[in-house]
Amino acid sequence: MEVFGRKIPMSASLIVWAVLWEIVGQLDLVSLIPPLSNVVMRLAEIVPTETFIDALALTARSFAAGTGIAILAGVPIGVLMGRSEIADRLLLPWVNVFVSAPLTALVPIIMALFGFGETTIILTVVLFALWIIILDARAGTRSISNSLVEMAQSYGASYWQAFSKVYVWAALPEILAGIRLGMVRAIKGVIIGQLIVSVVGFGYLFEIYQSNFLMEHLWALLLVLFALAFLIDGVFGYMEKRVEYYAASR
Amino acid sequence: MTATVVHAPGFQRSLGTMVSVRSVSKVYPGGVEALNEISLDFPKGQLTTLLGPSGCGKTTLLKIIAGLLPATSGEVMVDGMRVEGPGPERAFVFQDFALLPWATVLRNVAFGLELRGVPVAERESIAEHYIGQVGLKGFEKHYPHALSGGMRQRVGLARALAVKAEVVLMDEPFSAVDEQTRRKFQEDMLELIKNEQKTFIFVTHSIEEAVYVSNRIILLSRRPSRVMRIIEPDMPRGITPDQIRRHPAYLDAVEMIWQALKQYLD
Repeated sequence: MEVFGRKIPMSASLIVWAVLWEIVGQLDLVSLIPPLSNVVMRLAEIVPTETFIDALALTARSFAAGTGIAILAGVPIGVLMGRSEIADRLLLPWVNVFVSAPLTALVPIIMALFGFGETTIILTVVLFALWIIILDARAGTRSISNSLVEMAQSYGASYWQAFSKVYVWAALPEILAGIRLGMVRAIKGVIIGQLIVSVVGFGYLFEIYQSNFLMEHLWALLLVLFALAFLIDGVFGYMEKRVEYYAASR
Repeated sequence: MTATVVHAPGFQRSLGTMVSVRSVSKVYPGGVEALNEISLDFPKGQLTTLLGPSGCGKTTLLKIIAGLLPATSGEVMVDGMRVEGPGPERAFVFQDFALLPWATVLRNVAFGLELRGVPVAERESIAEHYIGQVGLKGFEKHYPHALSGGMRQRVGLARALAVKAEVVLMDEPFSAVDEQTRRKFQEDMLELIKNEQKTFIFVTHSIEEAVYVSNRIILLSRRPSRVMRIIEPDMPRGITPDQIRRHPAYLDAVEMIWQALKQYLD
């Protein structure tokens, strides 16, 4: 972007919005929106506290465990569906239903089954992340050129060798895209899970801040979560770019 | 290959036949009849070409020999054993190369050996040898996308040679390679074949290419394919490639095949 002949990075637009936020906040128009400067100061204040660190640790643990399970289950299932007509017929309707379903409605059921603890949060993350990972791994596997599949067969690859040495790598660009989308959904899952359970992690903090009308705290927390989501998305976007060079030559 | 070969009952192995195709028919789901009762013998240590009008099922026949496609009826014997699927005594060279884009030339050439569990050091030294043989020395660490089409197919050929298969099946290996590169590649391949005592089965739709590289040419008719004629170009092999291309025997063979195939053009 160029303004008055000077190059300005895209992120400069963030500054514009930050300034606008500050002005609206200082004018004290809406009590829901405190000035950004206050939010940032509050952020520096609450981040080092033990409750925040604990909440972050629980969130990170549930997120890592949940996405880990979703990837370890989703990629093989997706590859299997991409290779096997029967598996595809059997599973695709379910995957399609779940990928677009309002999954939040299922969280109370998980909660009823697994209680108010970390297990429920982890399963919520899996529930949110799994389906898009499966769909993208499936799409990637279906786009593998037939001759690469025949090559693996004709040189005597076992099922496991074909999967681990050819299919996963050939479908890697789509698999990574699926994992990135899955992680974005997993962030939703980890927060929604905690909000519904509301006695652990950030869900607990949200509950306290909201019920006591601590708007600066609430916004500070939101900023942290938004930044984390953005960062994770960015890291995976970068990894995808690194494998793009062979996506075209498969 | 194991030393003991189990022959099917009633099978009289004619000396010097490596691959034997017996009454093979192929009907694709949907009723397209690709091959109709094809019977052929491929002599050991020779290069036999399957030539025919496009869409005549020559690639189908090659894939049935490779064990990549099942025949609807009939059977294929390789060195006296019935083909039930791919086997270590056969290696395949693909039209579109089928290289792993994420692997170096070295790993691609060694890939067949990797799948067989050959230790790294051993398979890489074998691969290096064949990379040299196909003229790609110095490109071991390159990735396929950095190579030209001709060089990629040399990698494909090296991979097929590295597994030390007795039968090498080549599916239009030069069709995705540009004309000048192709001629040089054909010459190099003839040199390689002289040193390798293998049976080559080669599919092409180029008449000149077939006559230039083959000991034996099998002309297939249009679908459903039958064997129309078998031609053995009687070419003196001691002469240079340029002399071959002007040799009367070469020109006669090209002309004869052209006359035979012309009827299929509309």
